[in-house]
Amino acid sequence: MAINQAILSRAQPLVHLKKIAKPAVFLLALAPFIYLLQSLLTGGLGPNPIDSLTDSTGTIAIRMLMISLAVTPLRHVLKQTWPLRFRRMLGLFAFFYVALHVSIYTVLDQQLDIGSIWEDLAERPYILAGTTAFLLLVPLAFTSTRGMVRRLGKRWALLHRAVYIAGAAAVVHYVWLAKGDLIEPYVYLGVLFLLYSYRLVRSLK
Amino acid sequence: MTDWMTLAGIRSSDITPEDVFRKRRQLLKASVAAGIGGVIAAPGAALANDLTGPIIKKAEFSTDEELSSFKTITTYNNFYELGTDKGDPVRYANRLKTEPWSVTIDGECANPGVFTLEDILKPHAIEERIYRMRCVEAWSMVIPWNGFSLADLIKRAEPNSKAKYVAFETVVQDDLPGVRRNVLEWPYREGLRMDEAMHPLTMLAMGVYGQEMPNQNGAPIRLVVPWKYGYKSIKSVVRISFVEEVPVTSWNMSAPQEYGFFSNVNPERSHPRWSQAKERRLSGDTGGLSSLFSSKQETLYMNGYADEVASLYAGMDLEKFH
Repeated sequence: MAINQAILSRAQPLVHLKKIAKPAVFLLALAPFIYLLQSLLTGGLGPNPIDSLTDSTGTIAIRMLMISLAVTPLRHVLKQTWPLRFRRMLGLFAFFYVALHVSIYTVLDQQLDIGSIWEDLAERPYILAGTTAFLLLVPLAFTSTRGMVRRLGKRWALLHRAVYIAGAAAVVHYVWLAKGDLIEPYVYLGVLFLLYSYRLVRSLK
Repeated sequence: MTDWMTLAGIRSSDITPEDVFRKRRQLLKASVAAGIGGVIAAPGAALANDLTGPIIKKAEFSTDEELSSFKTITTYNNFYELGTDKGDPVRYANRLKTEPWSVTIDGECANPGVFTLEDILKPHAIEERIYRMRCVEAWSMVIPWNGFSLADLIKRAEPNSKAKYVAFETVVQDDLPGVRRNVLEWPYREGLRMDEAMHPLTMLAMGVYGQEMPNQNGAPIRLVVPWKYGYKSIKSVVRISFVEEVPVTSWNMSAPQEYGFFSNVNPERSHPRWSQAKERRLSGDTGGLSSLFSSKQETLYMNGYADEVASLYAGMDLEKFH
């Protein structure tokens, strides 16, 4: 009886934590979006909100991509499976911020001017790199449901390796566009290098 | 229309009748007051004082396009010594020490020396000139500068025949947040060919909107060259040198294929980062929701000053000498 109670009192908070973990991570991942929305409505984005939104959604998108790429290595390092439960959600959030970034660029910045978007693609390698990252992530977002995972089977894992190319393309996009101050893009390049080396070393073992 | 205006390509319609101009000035004063309110609210922002002395309005040098607000002009800046974010210069404005200030004039001239700011400013009447300012990052503002022709200062220095170029340097104060990091090689350096420096549009500015130059805009004295990309208009000048060879310039040292010595605004010349064909005009008090849907406007060759300055570059391949 006493033992049962001890187990219960220990187990309950764990069950509790499990229940709130997903909504909590969801809110954390959404927080940058809420913050941007609030800044936009209160004038906190400064005199050029379109440029400010383009920059900040881009940075958030890259960070979210890095975080979702870190899930599997984290699982191996911790020898726990719980990080995997957040992988899909974090990946979809990364895609959400990438899509937001791309929408702000095409709709607000370029005002759907196909001519100047085409000029950007043709003349600016960093735009090409960013577009590559976005286009690679689209099929991954659409095949992220349980049903698609089941239907695609082994091909799903193969398809979703495209995220490594997308992550690299996104960081290259940032390195190529940064003007003067290269510290932040190089930090992402470093993180990417660590994450990919870990995967490579593990796959060779 | 006077001959000068015809030469300069300014139409009579470009010039605001005085009464309209006055009314607009009153409106402006109200918006300046609002702007200052905003600056007070921003932590660390230095509050500007009124310029002392009369200000001569140079209508023939001025555009009548809608002005950018004081707040827009003073909260969205590129001044890498204070940080690389557009908001950093206003955030760290009061770290820049502008008193005492001296300007070294040296090189190929008869009257070199180290001059106090007062020495530099004293003989010159303060003018108001409303110029377009086009940043290479594809945004632009309309700014009522207060200052005088650089040519008038150059004449005082009496450059000799070897003085083919004028080189400028920004102050380096080691404790500024941007200077501690090697984003650019300090000091920030810029330069003009002698005829560009002597052109009547080229000015030294010590104020904006009738106020002393805010630190984030390049206090206490800065260059303004309206037909070139903004980075040519060097801030917080401490050295003016007359030299025989093309001087090195900061952005050109950083990325020569992107930023040439001349850096004239040219919508035709493709740039690896930003299309230069269009620009987002930050006029009035931008930043609200409505500015999300502001459309870009066509960028003008030489930033709209081609009639005045194109002759300086006659026969030059501006694609090559960009």
